Amino acid sequence: MANEPAVALHEAGHTGAHAHPGYGEVRHHFESYAQQKDASTIGMWVFLLTELMFFGGMFMAYFVYRQWYPDAFASASLKTNLWLGAFNTTVLICSSLTMAMAVHSASTGKRLLLVGFLIATLVLGSAFLGVKAYEYHDKWVHHEIPGEHYECEGCVDAGHTSLFFALYFGMTGLHASHMIIGAFILLVLIWQSYKGKFSAKWYTPIELFGLYWHFVDIVWIFLFPLLYLIDRSGKGGIH
Amino acid sequence: MSASHHNAASHDNHEEHHVVPVSVYLGVFFALIALTWVTAWISTIDLGPLNIYVALSIAIFKASLVVLFFMHVKYGTRLTKLIVGCGLFWLILLLFIVMMDIWTRSWMGVPGR
Amino acid sequence: MITATATKKETKNYLNAESGLKSWLLTQDHKRIAILYLIAVTAFFIVGGLMAVLIRLELATPAGDLLDSNTYNKVFTMHGVVMIFFFLIPSIPAILGNFLLPLMIGAKDLAFPRINLLSWYVYMLGGCFGVFVLITGGVDTGWTFYTPFSTTYSNGYVVMTAMAAFINGFSSILTGLNFIVTVHRMRAPGLTWFRLPLFVWAHYATSVIMILGTPVIAVTLFLLMLERGLHIGFFDPAYGGDPVLFQHLFWFYSHPAVYIMILPSMGVISEVVSTFCSKKPFGYTFIAFSSVAIAVFGFLVWGHHLYVSSQSAYAGMVFSILSYIVAIPSAIKIFNWAATMFKGSVRLETPMLYALGFMGLFTVGGLTGLFLAAMGLDVHLTDTYFVVAHFHYVMVGGAIMGYMAGIHFWWPKMTGRMYPEVWSKVAAGLTFIGFNLTFFPQFILGYMGMPRRYHVYPPEFQVFNVLSSAGASILGLGYLIPGIYLIWSLKYGKLAGPNPWGATGLEWQTASPPPTENFEITPVVTTEAYEYTPQILAMIDSSPTQTTKEVTHVG
Repeated sequence: MANEPAVALHEAGHTGAHAHPGYGEVRHHFESYAQQKDASTIGMWVFLLTELMFFGGMFMAYFVYRQWYPDAFASASLKTNLWLGAFNTTVLICSSLTMAMAVHSASTGKRLLLVGFLIATLVLGSAFLGVKAYEYHDKWVHHEIPGEHYECEGCVDAGHTSLFFALYFGMTGLHASHMIIGAFILLVLIWQSYKGKFSAKWYTPIELFGLYWHFVDIVWIFLFPLLYLIDRSGKGGIH
Repeated sequence: MSASHHNAASHDNHEEHHVVPVSVYLGVFFALIALTWVTAWISTIDLGPLNIYVALSIAIFKASLVVLFFMHVKYGTRLTKLIVGCGLFWLILLLFIVMMDIWTRSWMGVPGR
Repeated sequence: MITATATKKETKNYLNAESGLKSWLLTQDHKRIAILYLIAVTAFFIVGGLMAVLIRLELATPAGDLLDSNTYNKVFTMHGVVMIFFFLIPSIPAILGNFLLPLMIGAKDLAFPRINLLSWYVYMLGGCFGVFVLITGGVDTGWTFYTPFSTTYSNGYVVMTAMAAFINGFSSILTGLNFIVTVHRMRAPGLTWFRLPLFVWAHYATSVIMILGTPVIAVTLFLLMLERGLHIGFFDPAYGGDPVLFQHLFWFYSHPAVYIMILPSMGVISEVVSTFCSKKPFGYTFIAFSSVAIAVFGFLVWGHHLYVSSQSAYAGMVFSILSYIVAIPSAIKIFNWAATMFKGSVRLETPMLYALGFMGLFTVGGLTGLFLAAMGLDVHLTDTYFVVAHFHYVMVGGAIMGYMAGIHFWWPKMTGRMYPEVWSKVAAGLTFIGFNLTFFPQFILGYMGMPRRYHVYPPEFQVFNVLSSAGASILGLGYLIPGIYLIWSLKYGKLAGPNPWGATGLEWQTASPPPTENFEITPVVTTEAYEYTPQILAMIDSSPTQTTKEVTHVG
């Protein structure tokens, strides 16, 4: 931090909002486009930092209870559908690729490709949510939602399995809500891209949304092994 | 118009954005897919206590790929790297310090724990 | 637009640039948003203060004659929730930080003005939930919401209150995010990190805590709401859950939150002490880095709130040692301020009086914190009035004293007006006396074993409780008087001029009140911070009492 060069983006004589051709609007309190873009990018990263800690609290709870009740977690985890989980992981990774390609298309100024990749991302994201909804429904049918009617048929240490499902729903629910918010933002971005709002010189919203989308993907990359892949061999607890 | 594919050295230049070649994206993508199915497959083999460590190592590796390439941190500024580092440090802090309590609670041999 | 040019040569500033309610509620100017925060935060301070009045009235006698136990539980809970989440945490950052950060670094605004406005609306939304709870019947869990009481047994509106704190957390995240980006990317040319005013360093460190800590309390309250509202067990022992895990997650934020309250105050004190001694702060780098060190070490000590829970005693020992370590950077600051004052010509203007109060009271608060950090002693003192006295010495004696110092120091900048000198000094004195009379007896009570959070107590404790209640009324007067003369000064106060105190920061080089764009020309910084030039020193010397009338334009 100490060695970082001081901001020297000072351009004299700029007051009020002003537009550079192709750069979108530079808001009045910034000296230059570069400063504005830099600020937005740092802002997004700092936001993702808060998101990391937000999910971090739940991961904390997960690790504590898994440490205490390995058998309950192992047997409750077998109730999740490995194939659907792996399929959904694949879908989400595909959507991350299309999002990365969308950013790439934006940076090379290919408008139609950008729109196409954003739509692909939206479709894949919705597919993920669809599968997730199916899984939730399945849990509902089998009374595996913690609460008064909760039961865990054939589970080892069944008294403690509700903690697993509480965390399962808490974590995947929080993750899904981030996906849903992302899908709505995607709709807006698709519309704006189609209208030609972005150019190779200015596509900051696409880039920042890409960061958000990849972050949500990373959360799932951890949720998949932690929730679906405990002791699939079925030969005992983790300890 | 578009930035050159070869200016990987221009880290300090904020104006010129680094464009990652498509081949890198595709490489990362296939690695992620492959690792997803590898980790699913390994989970069906009984490795005893090692299962969780293998699963988490693969997840960490996958996440690193996403962060470095899809999120461009490999080509990003030092500040971006600092922010990512801070995030990891504080997350580990939270996890490790609470686990420190959890791991040592039974040492006293007080009933109820 | 108003015809401001007609009679007086009234210059355009951020206050009269636009008029009408809409121009305030939709403003993106950081200075106006700071004023919005000032009004809202003051309102919550009054609400929290009224709760304190009820508490002290009830405790004036040993019997429960004013409030029954249930009501008393609700009153002290609301006092804590309102004062911590809605007053202390936003007080200095959202008001003074918002107003001053761009001015101090020579920027036109914070990096994200719209997010800044959004943070105020989020704060107000959280406040609405809080007020709703207050009106409809309150909550009795204490501000800490400990499970399983809060999730299973409490009769109050736990979900609503948790929601209020949850929403308010996002407001503070947005503020912190804005500050971090602003300090990184909006500094004026030539303003390197080590030329930044210490106020900015303190706010940077505060923002780091807001960013990293607040999300954890958010998710904790989220789990709490799920458990209370939908009966999904996360912490409930009936399902094998661990209530201590809730305490861990809660204090992971809430201990650093103490530093969210105190660090900005320390930033204020650094500015005030330097200005009224006309000296560069002794050990600038040490003060700057101690802020960052407090932010980092502050995250490592939360377990000292859990000594008497079932937390492992071994973890407790580690937390105890780490808690001692965090005292070091705090002490560095106190010593450096004292060294700055050493052999300086100290001007005892009102902000300086508050700053001196801060230094004394925070030292007491900090040192008694070390008593509590010692695991063995804490077993005796946990949940007694000793703890209450300790954290009031830090939060009221520290944070609020700093807040009052800051408000008095920058009031001329914010409004362009001076407040009456005599009254403000009287108020500062009353606050100091009233505060000590209120809370010092509580140390003794706590040491004698009086537990907190009860509305009745054995008669032998009455002497100290009466002293405390008497002190509280003096303290209340000490807060009431500034409220009156500050409002009075808006219309009748003397014009302040750009730099009434002979201070050095960039914020004093623009008009008071500043124009909307802060500086007519973007300043270029060529010197270190706190460079007391001969002109400034001459200005202070020539008119020690009349500084307010001199309109000296520095730079």
